[in-house]
Order: sequence, then C-alpha cells, then structure tokens
Amino acid sequence: MRSNLGFFSDEKFRSIFFQTLVVGLFALGLFFVISTTSYNLEKRNIATGWSFLQNPAGFDISFSPFLEFKSTDTHLKVYFVGVLNTLLVSITGCIAATILGFILGIVRLSSNWLLSRLVYIYVEFSRNVPLLLQIILWYSILIQLPRVKQSLQVLDVFYISNRGLYSPRPIFESGFSYVLIAIVLALISSFLINRWAKKRQDKTGQQFPVFSSSIGLIFIVPLILFFILGSPLSFEHPELKGFNFKGGLVIRPEFIAMFLALSIYTAAFISEIVRAGIMSVSKGQREASAAIGLKQTWIMRLIIIPQALRVIVPPLTSQYLNLTKNSSLGIAVGYADLVHGFGGISLNQTGQAIECMAIVMATYLSISLTISFFMNIYNRSIQFKEK
Amino acid sequence: MNEMNEVRKPPVATTGIIGWLRINLFFNWTNSLITLFVIYCLYQFIPWILDWTIFSADFKYNYLGEQITNQEMCSRNLDPENGGACWAVIYVRFYQFIYGFYPKVEVWRVNLAYVMLAFALLPLLYAKLPYRKYFLYFTYIFPVIAYFLLNGGLGFTEVSTNKWGGLLVTLVLGCTGIALAFPIGIMLALGRRSKLPVISMMCTLFIEFIRGVPLITLLFFGMVMLPLFLPEGIDMDGLVRVLVAVTLFQSAYMAEVIRGGLQAIPPGQYEAAKSLGMSYWRMNLLIILPQAIRISIPPIVNTSIGLFKDTTLVIIVGILDLLGIGRGTLADTNWLGLSYEIYFFVSLVFFIFTFGMSRYSLYLEKKLKTGINMGAD
Repeated sequence: MRSNLGFFSDEKFRSIFFQTLVVGLFALGLFFVISTTSYNLEKRNIATGWSFLQNPAGFDISFSPFLEFKSTDTHLKVYFVGVLNTLLVSITGCIAATILGFILGIVRLSSNWLLSRLVYIYVEFSRNVPLLLQIILWYSILIQLPRVKQSLQVLDVFYISNRGLYSPRPIFESGFSYVLIAIVLALISSFLINRWAKKRQDKTGQQFPVFSSSIGLIFIVPLILFFILGSPLSFEHPELKGFNFKGGLVIRPEFIAMFLALSIYTAAFISEIVRAGIMSVSKGQREASAAIGLKQTWIMRLIIIPQALRVIVPPLTSQYLNLTKNSSLGIAVGYADLVHGFGGISLNQTGQAIECMAIVMATYLSISLTISFFMNIYNRSIQFKEK
Repeated sequence: MNEMNEVRKPPVATTGIIGWLRINLFFNWTNSLITLFVIYCLYQFIPWILDWTIFSADFKYNYLGEQITNQEMCSRNLDPENGGACWAVIYVRFYQFIYGFYPKVEVWRVNLAYVMLAFALLPLLYAKLPYRKYFLYFTYIFPVIAYFLLNGGLGFTEVSTNKWGGLLVTLVLGCTGIALAFPIGIMLALGRRSKLPVISMMCTLFIEFIRGVPLITLLFFGMVMLPLFLPEGIDMDGLVRVLVAVTLFQSAYMAEVIRGGLQAIPPGQYEAAKSLGMSYWRMNLLIILPQAIRISIPPIVNTSIGLFKDTTLVIIVGILDLLGIGRGTLADTNWLGLSYEIYFFVSLVFFIFTFGMSRYSLYLEKKLKTGINMGAD
C-alpha cells in the first residue's frame, strides 16, 4: 500500500531532492555574498584584480636570507620572501622538534625516575602554555640581551646581542661546486648501496656494512676532495663598525625566537607521541629479541623502533602540519613570513584584502597538502606489509 | 625439609625506600651518575627560582615598606643586588587582568556570570551529580542569561564589548567557541559520512580547507573580509567577528574528532536501528550519536584545550584577552621592563586551566576504559 507521498518516501528521489536543495541554497548564498561584496568594493573604490602584485612594495623586510629585497621591489617578491621565510622556519623547526622530541620521548621512558619526572614536568609546562605566549616570551628574552657594543662572544667568532646572532659567512670559491657534486653523488650511491645490500641480505642472508660505508662515502670522500682542491672555502667574519656589525651572517632575534618556541613547543607533543609509540610495542618483542641474543642497541634499532614508527608516523605528520601552520604566528614578533609580510603589510598597503587572503590561504593549503602527501608515502613504506 | 619450607624474606635491597631508590635512581653506575648530575642541577636552579619568585620578591610593598605604584619602586630597580620578581604589577592591574575595562559599578554582573558558569559546567563535568537533570536545564539556558548579563539589555545597562578584556574575553571566546562548535561539528561529521555524494563532498571540502589553513588567516578573514561580504548597515561587533572565525575553526576539528567516534561504532548498531524501522535522524540521535560522543569525549576535551590556548591569537587582530592585557600593561611606562612577571602570571593562569582540562580528560579516559566496553574492542 503506497501513500500519496509515495514518491517522497522513495530513497532515490529523496536523495536527489535534498542534494539539489543544498546545492541551490549554497548557490543562492554564494550569489548573495558575491553581489554584496562587489557592491561594497565598488563603494570603497577598491579595484579587484591581480595587477597590484606588480606594484612596488615601498617597505623594507629586515630578514630575507635567500632573496635580496629592496623597498622598490614588487609585492610579488614580498610574497616569495614570505613563502621562503615560512618554509625556512617550518623546516628547521620540524627537524629540531623531531630530534628533541625523540630524545625526550626516549628519556621519558628511562628507568631513572628523576630524569623521567623532569622530562614530564617540561612536557606538561610546554604543552599547556599557549604557543603565542612562548614566542613572545622568547622574543622578550632575546631582545633583553646585551647591546651590540657589549655583545657576548662565543668561540671567538660568534657574537650574540639584542640584534641577533652574528656568525662568519661562508664564501664559496670556484672549486666548491665539485665538492657539492661529490656530496650529491655520494648520497645517491649510498642510497643505491642500501637497496642492493637489502636485496642481497633477503636473498643470501649476507650482511653488508651499509652504515659505515655510507658515512665514508658521504663525509670522507667530499672532505678529501675538498683538501685536494685546496680548501675552496673561506669565511667573512663580522666586524664591529660604529653601532652595528658589518659583514658576516646575521640571524635575527625574530627568527631565533620563532625557531626556539616552535621547536620546543612541538617537541613536547612529539615526545608524547614517541613515548606512546615505543610503549605500544609489546614487551614480548623485546624479550624475544633478547632471547635470540641481539645486542641492546640492535634491539632498539632493529626491533622496537621499526614497529613503533608505524604508530608514530601518522600523528607525527599532523604535528608537522601544526608546526607549519603555527609558523604564521611570526606576525606577533615581526618575523616577515607569509602572513606578516604579504598577508599583513602588503594587504594593508594595497587594500586588496580578498586577493591577498586568497593567496595566503591557498599557499598554506598547498604546503599542508604537500607535507601530507610526502608523509603518506613515507607512512605507506613503513607500514606492516603482509606477504 | 624444615629449612626449605621456611619463608625467606626478600632481600632488603629491593624493598622499602632504599629498594625503591636503588631500583629507580641508582640501578647501575651510569644511572647513579645521571641522578647525581640532575640533583646537582636542581640544587643550583631551585633555590634561585624560589628566591626570585617568592623570598626576595615584592608582592605589594618593596623592601623599604612603600606600596609599589610603578616599576621604579620595585626593589630590584631600586637596588639591583636586592630583590627578585615584582608581583606588584599583577596586584595593581589585577582588575584589568580579570575583567578588562568593564565598568567597576557593573562588575558584579561579570562575577555572577563566572559563578553561574561554574554551576553550568558542573553537570557536564560530573555525571553523578544529584539532580543532574535540573542542573542541565540551567546549563542550556545559561548562554542566554550570560549574554544579557554581560552585554546588557533586559534592564541592564549596556556594556559594549570593546570594554571587555582579560580573562573575561578569554573565557567568553573559549566557552562560546566550544559550545557553538559542538553542534556544528556533529552536523559536519554526519555530513562527511553521509551517503549523499554532494553533501559529503561539501562537508569534506569545508573541513579540509579549515584544517589546512592557520587560525590567524581565519581571524584576518573574519576581521577584514567578513565586513565586505555583508550588506551595508549590518555592522558586526569585533568580538563577534572573531567568534565566527574561532567557531568555524573549532567546528572543523570537532567534526574530525566526532567522525572518529562515529567510525568506532560497530555496523551492527546501524543495522539493528534500521531493522527496527528507524529513520536516519532517529537512528543517529537515539542510537549512534550518544555512543559516538561518549567515546569521543576525551579527544573533544583535547581539541578544546587546543582552542583555549589558541584564543590568545585574537591579540593579533586587536582584541584584548588575558595576554593582550599583559602586553598592554608592558607598554605602559609605569610598568616597563616587567615582562617576566607578567608573562609568568599569564602562563600560570593558562596552565591552571589547560592542565586541569587535560587531567580531566585523562580521568575520563580511565573511566571509559573501565566502564561499559564498546563492542568495538
């Protein structure tokens, strides 16, 4: 028996009906927003379009280690400087946070009660205080360092002051490119050796000293080449002239504060992930590997870590994503990253809010997607493969 | 025979305090060395920090016995050899840290709202509360009461939101963000798992977009772009604009957490509900969601901790929350250079809230593990 509303209780019809309704409402909302926006923009005399990217920026960026930036450069260049600065602090932060996080995670599991408690206190404090506050705190510590004239000298060549860290700048001379080529070749060949050794071990059971031979290839061969070519590398030392240092490489306090805060904050999360990962490996694994006579260090490297990594990598990926997104907080201390440089100063100068925000958001989305993509590939390579 | 049956006590070295010390601190010589080194570091560090924060610190009066009204009167600025932290800045500016620039005559309203918030949270946090049902009714109407109480109307004089600040703004942002994001998050999670391809795609796109961009860009979006999207005459309050951004942000994260809970529900539950002839909404509201939310409460609390910390970002768009008041105080020439005291205090307040929340989520996790087992495991 079918009621009058028979066609409405048909699942197929209903699904099409609701979806059309949603799409219709969405399109209506979009139309409303676009029409009001274009009206508002017209009233405020803001021309839409991308031509503003070619206009000169008219402001200086104090920290641009990769691209030379002058105030006559375009807003497009501001964008590139911002992307590079965001990537710089994200990548260095991720590396430091991973190293620190792994060390702390392992120390947290140490049998020494005092040490593991100490790490626990560190983890709780750094996880529970807002990152922005930590960035500002680090920055306020760094700018209270001595002035340039009284700067602290470390190892005779580094100078630390409230203007940042000054270190010698390496100057690459003509032969240095050969050394770089040698390093790249060594990396590729050690990768190939690793694959070959694995295949051979699977087939014949014979082992090959992959680690020591790789170290030899990557470090010693380029080093020998370096000396044969007559050390084509010299340093330009910073010198105090007037009120500031001239020459050398300068790392600004904004970058140091961002780097320290991001890596210390994220390391606390990573250490908990590492701890959970190691604890997820069952006790029997350790006992079984001890029973077949593996050395303590081998148990960690060959049995525990590979199994723990399966648990560690997915949440580690989201920590990397968080760190990258959190690098946008550089605006609080004036670190010229994507949000501060392009989304902040350029936006305010040109008034092109929609275009600037769209570019900034799209850039972050693509960075996030790229990180997820590579981490997913890595994750797949370490997951348990059933043969 | 007799000798063998005799019960022998365990060796002294593995029981009692000495045994504990041996096993946990001095198990072998490397361990002992580490322990001694850590103790040495603590011995160097702890007296110094205690001295700075408590013993040589000024609380209200400096070492001459005068009441401190600006940074020049702090003991450590009068005599650098003498004196530690100068907590007087917190004492003098305490009102601003807690209420912002809320008029003093009306401040009882904020205090009342704080107390009512505690009562509203009680039945949510503690499931065994007597008369929980009636408390829950209060929780549902609390947002309305709080709105009129804080903002004005219904006979209360109006206090515009640009006078709000400090802890008040932090709590308003945190609580409203979490409370609004919860239902939106549920809808998004259901939408993402929906069989209708258009709805599932739209929800997925929204969630992934929000999760892919930093909160600060969403705040800029709320501040700079939202006014452009709205027709003339609708002038949105700054705090509301920030709230929109914070809620959108939090609901995407909430959706993912609830989706995790939904995925943990065994398919048998769906099938059983459908075989009873339940509609989609009845099935979800009565069978699926109560179970899914129950298991996702600990991660919900964890994302809420994240949001609570992230509310500090609003200072970048010019809203004065707890950290904003701290920075404002530092910019005042009367309190120049007291950054450590102020940041220490603000960190401590945040730490108390977030650490309390994380302990609570641990307690819930333990309770869930020992309580009813979800069919999944």
